[in-house]
Amino acid sequence: MSVFEIIRFAIRGLFTNRLRTALTTLGIMIGVASVIILLAVGNGSSKAIQASLDRLGTNSLQVRSGGGGFGPRARASASSQKPLTILDTVALADKTQAPDIKQVAPIVSTNGTCVVGANTSTPSTFYGTWPAYYEASNTSIQKGSYFTNDDVTNARRVALIGQTTATALFGTSNPIGQTMRCSGIEFTVIGLTSVKGASGFQDGDSLVLIPITTMENTITGNQALSSILVEATKSTTTTAAQSELTTILDARHGITGRKTADFSVFNQASLLTTASTSSQTFTTLLGMVAAISLLVGGIGITNIMLVTVIERTREIGIRKAIGAPKAAILTQFLIEATILSLLGGALGVVAGLIGSHFTIAGTKPVIVPASVFLAFGVSILIGVFFGGYPASRAASLRPIEALRYE
Amino acid sequence: MAQAEAVDSVVDKQPVIEVRDAVKRYGVGDASIFALDGVSLTIEAGEYVAIMGPSGSGKSTLMNILGALDIMTSGKYFLDGIEISSMDENHLSIVRGRKIGFIFQSFNLIPRTTALANVELPMAYQGIKPKERRARAMVALDVVGLGDRINHEPTELSGGQQQRVAVARALATRPALLLADEPTGALDSKSTADLLDLFDQINAAGRTVVVITHEDDVAHRAKRIIRMRDGKIISDKLNEERVA
Ligand SMILES: Nc1ncnc2c1ncn2[C@@H]1O[C@H](COP(=O)(O)OP(=O)(O)OP(=O)(O)O)[C@@H](O)[C@H]1O
Ligand SMILES: [Mg+2]
Repeated sequence: MSVFEIIRFAIRGLFTNRLRTALTTLGIMIGVASVIILLAVGNGSSKAIQASLDRLGTNSLQVRSGGGGFGPRARASASSQKPLTILDTVALADKTQAPDIKQVAPIVSTNGTCVVGANTSTPSTFYGTWPAYYEASNTSIQKGSYFTNDDVTNARRVALIGQTTATALFGTSNPIGQTMRCSGIEFTVIGLTSVKGASGFQDGDSLVLIPITTMENTITGNQALSSILVEATKSTTTTAAQSELTTILDARHGITGRKTADFSVFNQASLLTTASTSSQTFTTLLGMVAAISLLVGGIGITNIMLVTVIERTREIGIRKAIGAPKAAILTQFLIEATILSLLGGALGVVAGLIGSHFTIAGTKPVIVPASVFLAFGVSILIGVFFGGYPASRAASLRPIEALRYE
Repeated sequence: MAQAEAVDSVVDKQPVIEVRDAVKRYGVGDASIFALDGVSLTIEAGEYVAIMGPSGSGKSTLMNILGALDIMTSGKYFLDGIEISSMDENHLSIVRGRKIGFIFQSFNLIPRTTALANVELPMAYQGIKPKERRARAMVALDVVGLGDRINHEPTELSGGQQQRVAVARALATRPALLLADEPTGALDSKSTADLLDLFDQINAAGRTVVVITHEDDVAHRAKRIIRMRDGKIISDKLNEERVA
């Protein structure tokens, strides 16, 4: 008897038991589709968190003066503290000692008010820095141009401003090329930064950036840096970059233990870790729900298969009594189970892929390719096992036992 | 003419069936019973045998062993000179398919499958080409008088018609041996008479027929009557009426 013939028998078997076929297929389909969709939702939400963190600049570190402590004790040791300097900044840019640091930008921060005619604005961020700052802080411009290293070297009085500041000072007119007076000094606006949005309580677009040399020469005088912005080579090397910069600054400031440290490091990556851990937990939870639905689907299949096993065992008995070899019977029932689970699995994948196009619970699902293969594979295993196992047991019986089976 | 082809004769000088000291025991220890308790039996090719006896005497047990559906506890069984009692399942399935046609009291047709497909099934397992087996199935269904109902499923047929499908299924493979365990048990007298006429025809064409029955008029159509009791053969006689 040819395999082709046995496949025909299997297909005929599926058609003669339509309800069973439909229910089993449906069970597998729901299981597979829910695994794919639920995991896609979990993945989508963690992708969304990742994306918003990326926008913040996750591979940047900020070094600030002062130890980790707060209050009187931190103040008491203030006299022994060394400030952060440009030399510290230059030391951190050393590629051999700090291979995981991409670039470094010094920041001198001040509070000042800018005036244009009758309009005034007090930017929440008023920094003197140099061009490495743009990339390290994810700052780009929507209009005009950046100030350059040349502007820094010559301490030119040029400024980049954020959208909020621009609107407050210049209204709807184009700020590029116009002048403004900040802390009594006149600056030419050469660039308007792209909108960043608010992060926390701060308006990221209430911003004035000027060359660090200009800031020191005209506004703050030669003084210590407020902070140093450090950009790691990748988001995954942030931790390594942090330990490198700590080693370098410890050596330069003569620090022996963390308690006496006169600087502290703020790490965006640790924020990322926390956020992605919680989104992973979420995904795991959804994955468990999905696995349970696959299991329930599997139990449904098993149930249907077992309910029909009495009828099928009798049928197998009849087939054996009229001369069917065990192999033919086994192959037929295995093919039946395989077709069922392939069909159910394929429909489930289609349903899952379609379902993942809709926004679910405010999340745009992103399909995890592995989940498609996993769900499909597991459904086929379940189908073939629970379809094939009772059949193989029945096929091993002597015909008379199979015929008497109840 | 078609009928002659369907019941094409297989006449053989060897005994078709030879059973020596067949024992079938169910259970163990004190609780065990001997469904067959040392049965020896020889049936020549072309014989028409009826097996009778009270309920529980071991008729069905014997028949299942003759049909290679069951195995015995001890003893030997030769079918067409081949020892069956020592064969494994895979070889037995071939023997069942090629040599034996079995007719059950409860028909045992495959549910939700047409009469034609049911009759074709054993030939399919033997590897007979679809065209040929279709033709043979049609002829066999014609022989049993169901030529016009080949596409009916078992539930759409009467008990007598279902049994005739089962007979057609048993005949279509042209077995040397036709075994029937109370084939008329579920049939009315008209269907019974039709079926017995069919058996006469089949036997007349040279096939060996063994029938279990409780009914005297069924038994009296056979040429030899074997009576059983408590797992033993208690009498084995030729039927004077039929063997003239
Ligand atoms: N599977 C089994 N397990 C245990 N005992 C069995 C089994 N099958 C048959 N028997 C016993 O074997 C004995 C013979 O049974 P068998 O079916 O051969 O009787 P029978 O002559 O066909 O009876 P009936 O005319 O009622 O069909 C009985 O006593 C029966 O109880
Ligand atoms: Mg019986």
